[in-house]
Amino acid sequence: MSQNLETFVKHVCRENGNDAGRMMDICRAVQAEFRCVSPEAMTLIAQECNCDRSQVEGVVSFYHFFSTKKQGEVVIWLCDDVIDEMKGSADVAEALKQELGVDFGQTTTDGKFTLGWTPCMGLPDQAPAAMINEELVTNLTGDKIREMVRELRAGASVKDLVKVPGDGMNADPRLNTMVSNNIRVKGPVIFADIENAVGLKAALAKTPEEVIEEVKTSGLRGRGGAGFSTGLKWMFTRGAEGEQKYIMCNADEGEPGTFKDRIILTECADMVFEGMTIAGYAIGSTEGVLYLRGEYAYMKEYLDSVLEERRDAGLLGKNVAGKEGFDYDIRVQLGAGAYVCGEESALISSCEGTRGDVKTRPPYPAQKGYKGKPTSVNNVETFASVNRIFVNSGQWFSATGSCGSSGTKLLSVSGDCKRPGIYEVPFGMKLIDFLKMCGGEDAIAVQVGGPSGELVNPDAFGRSIEYDDLATGGSMMVFGPGRDVLKVASKFLEFFVEESCGYCTPCRAGNVFIKERLDRIIDGKGDKDDIAYLEQLCNTVKVTSRCGLGQTSPNPVTSTLKNFRGEYESRIQENPDRMELSFDINAELTEAAAITGRMSEHF
Amino acid sequence: MEQNLEAITFTIDGVEVQGMPGQTILEAAEEAGIYVPRLCQLKGITPHGSCRVCTVKVGGSWTCAACTQPIYEGMEVDNSSEEIQTLRKDLVEMLFTEGNHYCMFCDKSGNCELQAMAYRMGIMAPKYPYIYPEAELDASHPDLFIDRNRCILCARCVNTAQEQDGKSVFDFAGRGPHKKIIVNGEKLSDTQLAAADKAADACPVGAILPKKGAYAKPVGARDYDDAPIGSDIEAKVCK
Amino acid sequence: MSKPKVATAALSGCFGCHMSILDIDERILDLIEVVDFHKSPINDIKTFTERCAIGIIEGGCCNEENVAVLQDFRKNCDILISFGDCATMGGVPALRNGIPLKECLDEAYIDGPTVHNPNKVVPNDRELPLLLNKVRPCQEIVKIDYSLPGCPPSADTLWEALNALLADKPVDLPYELIKFD
Repeated sequence: MSQNLETFVKHVCRENGNDAGRMMDICRAVQAEFRCVSPEAMTLIAQECNCDRSQVEGVVSFYHFFSTKKQGEVVIWLCDDVIDEMKGSADVAEALKQELGVDFGQTTTDGKFTLGWTPCMGLPDQAPAAMINEELVTNLTGDKIREMVRELRAGASVKDLVKVPGDGMNADPRLNTMVSNNIRVKGPVIFADIENAVGLKAALAKTPEEVIEEVKTSGLRGRGGAGFSTGLKWMFTRGAEGEQKYIMCNADEGEPGTFKDRIILTECADMVFEGMTIAGYAIGSTEGVLYLRGEYAYMKEYLDSVLEERRDAGLLGKNVAGKEGFDYDIRVQLGAGAYVCGEESALISSCEGTRGDVKTRPPYPAQKGYKGKPTSVNNVETFASVNRIFVNSGQWFSATGSCGSSGTKLLSVSGDCKRPGIYEVPFGMKLIDFLKMCGGEDAIAVQVGGPSGELVNPDAFGRSIEYDDLATGGSMMVFGPGRDVLKVASKFLEFFVEESCGYCTPCRAGNVFIKERLDRIIDGKGDKDDIAYLEQLCNTVKVTSRCGLGQTSPNPVTSTLKNFRGEYESRIQENPDRMELSFDINAELTEAAAITGRMSEHF
Repeated sequence: MEQNLEAITFTIDGVEVQGMPGQTILEAAEEAGIYVPRLCQLKGITPHGSCRVCTVKVGGSWTCAACTQPIYEGMEVDNSSEEIQTLRKDLVEMLFTEGNHYCMFCDKSGNCELQAMAYRMGIMAPKYPYIYPEAELDASHPDLFIDRNRCILCARCVNTAQEQDGKSVFDFAGRGPHKKIIVNGEKLSDTQLAAADKAADACPVGAILPKKGAYAKPVGARDYDDAPIGSDIEAKVCK
Repeated sequence: MSKPKVATAALSGCFGCHMSILDIDERILDLIEVVDFHKSPINDIKTFTERCAIGIIEGGCCNEENVAVLQDFRKNCDILISFGDCATMGGVPALRNGIPLKECLDEAYIDGPTVHNPNKVVPNDRELPLLLNKVRPCQEIVKIDYSLPGCPPSADTLWEALNALLADKPVDLPYELIKFD
């Protein structure tokens, strides 16, 4: 084993140029081969890459899909998202526990299976879902997962689990996945027909400055949710000092409830790569990196083959599309399970082979990004939109959508609605009209923009979906009658606690305390002091956190306090004796009762 | 401070202060004899911006860490309003309850910056529940030990070792509430850390301490027995 | 006019904080001019017979009896003060919080290097209150109005705080009196 490990690590490191910057790829390969990155492996990797062992340990311990302890041959990650929970993931979990005889976080004694939870993997429209090694399985039930486990035990490969592939390109042999696109409404930007290289050639006919100008004219703003002007971002990156510059595509769509990038990359990968190429030309870059979330590893081979086709067609490589002197190529970098890597500077850290820590700002990525060079990080949907802008025009693009929010938006819809899936709608659509479109008009609450967004109540259904009103990176989670919005909020806080990188105090510790106090109220053990406590705590976490994760992580509580205050007020207790109602003496005596065999004399 | 044409003028709590381009709010404030509370920042090493205790408000609208935010002309910094003090107090209280800080027997008591910060802020007891996390001790090194119960993840040891001692000794593993300090090796004695290193003395709390010479300073003569942390910086104004 | 009543209790601590109360020395004569001591280990009054203005609690809660006493204090006192580090953060007794209770008892009564217990009996009389899974500071069990940290807090700390409370002034201790050790 040790000899094997050494040979393998040496080989993998060599394949990656013995470059510690490729730590993600190296660790992924070692994890896949040995089902863990053991302490011994860490030491070997550090030796081969001439880096600190602690860097390797830092990386292995940071990402969800790496482990130091040996996992089973088959690792089943069941999706722990709130929508999956609504759609019956508890039954699936129970079936898995029974079938495998182990609990979550454990490996079967024969070393065959490991069971684990993982946050939203981008499939809430076909929930419950799970990731089995790199294969995504959808629409699960207890019976279905039992059958899958039995097949795997009988020697089937994970690919054999795909009986009927999903719609569209999902059936392509390079993907061959049971994942479905569920495109419900097509719009003119992303899902309209497009011909390869038309946009690229139109862009290359302009000067880089003109390209940036055209993007500014279009009014395109970042589709990840923050909404910064794409043209400006490119202008700053172009204007920054530095010989080498980089384009990065953020395909780490980890915001629970968001899955639009999955569909864009499945159906319109060329559009995205073309947008990245145009961006590279505009800022003066020769290299682009698409950072793909670890949950979408099943797409890697497919995306690589699309890139290869583009190279063959002369659309990547030397003198792109015949443009003398413009050399550009793209590679796909896989993540390994970390929501925070969707933050642009954390994404860069991850690409550099380190922990996905957010970087100190300033300097901004446009000044000092990937490998210390000026870098523009843009969203998948942004790049696809760029391609359309150069097929049509900036003017055309700005005429779609609303004032201040031009173009269309892909909305990923899940939860209590009749038609979950993907909708391409023009910006400015009223939430109520959208709910009618997806069959969710009897919603009692809609989570707009994922956990970091806002949970709105029906009074707000007349508001419109655009940057300056209800901003969303695409996540729309619909909650129907009977859903408990505070439990939803608690689930989201659990997500933030687990996904915080732990760098700064408020996000690392504060979210733990927010969740504790929210749960206290949900359990009917809170009083009015607890509401005041939560308000102050949420504000502290929001305004003192270092990055967007912590600055938005209190939102599930602040937005329910604002929009569903009655839910809190109806659960808090009068507390005339001024006890801490959350203190449960019986729960505190369980160990002593078991040891002594006695019951309490006092209580 | 040397005056030249490039100096930047800005205000802290309404008082006009001058600094040089590239300076952070914290640095410029310190030169002007104004103390901005801080735990993770240590003079001479790259600011880490993790404890957030130096949070200030700028222009009445946005907050930032004074240790990493560069100054600019006309900037208006709030370093002392009740709002800012409340935020800072909350952060210090979080650090107390997320770790295991038993001041009563800690060698560092009286010289501990976290404790001193609580004293300065008048914190009598944290409002958050105690987590009582399980944390590991590493006493493998002949001269020094790590007690992770007390670590506040400020990275002062990490960066001091890197930048001043030229060694890779410390780093971080895990994330969220599971984040912890690790060493470059399986245990502390595997590293190049030496007792005389600057990193051995960089810890603001009692997480990295020498094995010998505990309680060297008697009660009454310790760093923060008489004067609050930051008094030395504030004393500069009176010059 | 009757004097305000002060009650004190020692929960899971070392009694050091009560020693600190006595350390106010001759000032105790001034104190009893303005207050009466009710239920307290100092005078051995066991039960509350009237409402008290101020309750002073030393120690955190390590067992069910501590919890019962603390809750009784909360019900019978207008103002409750956590006095000392054990009351405010669990203190030395809370060091067991990282260790399962069974292991603690086995170490204390059976396995410890200085233990002589040939029959390996862990005391289990019904008079012995059941231990809590974890030692808790007072503010996690009842609402606490003021906390005075220290191990122990100095006599001056208590003196200042009591004087402020009796004069209906805010408890605003000078820097030298806020100590966690």
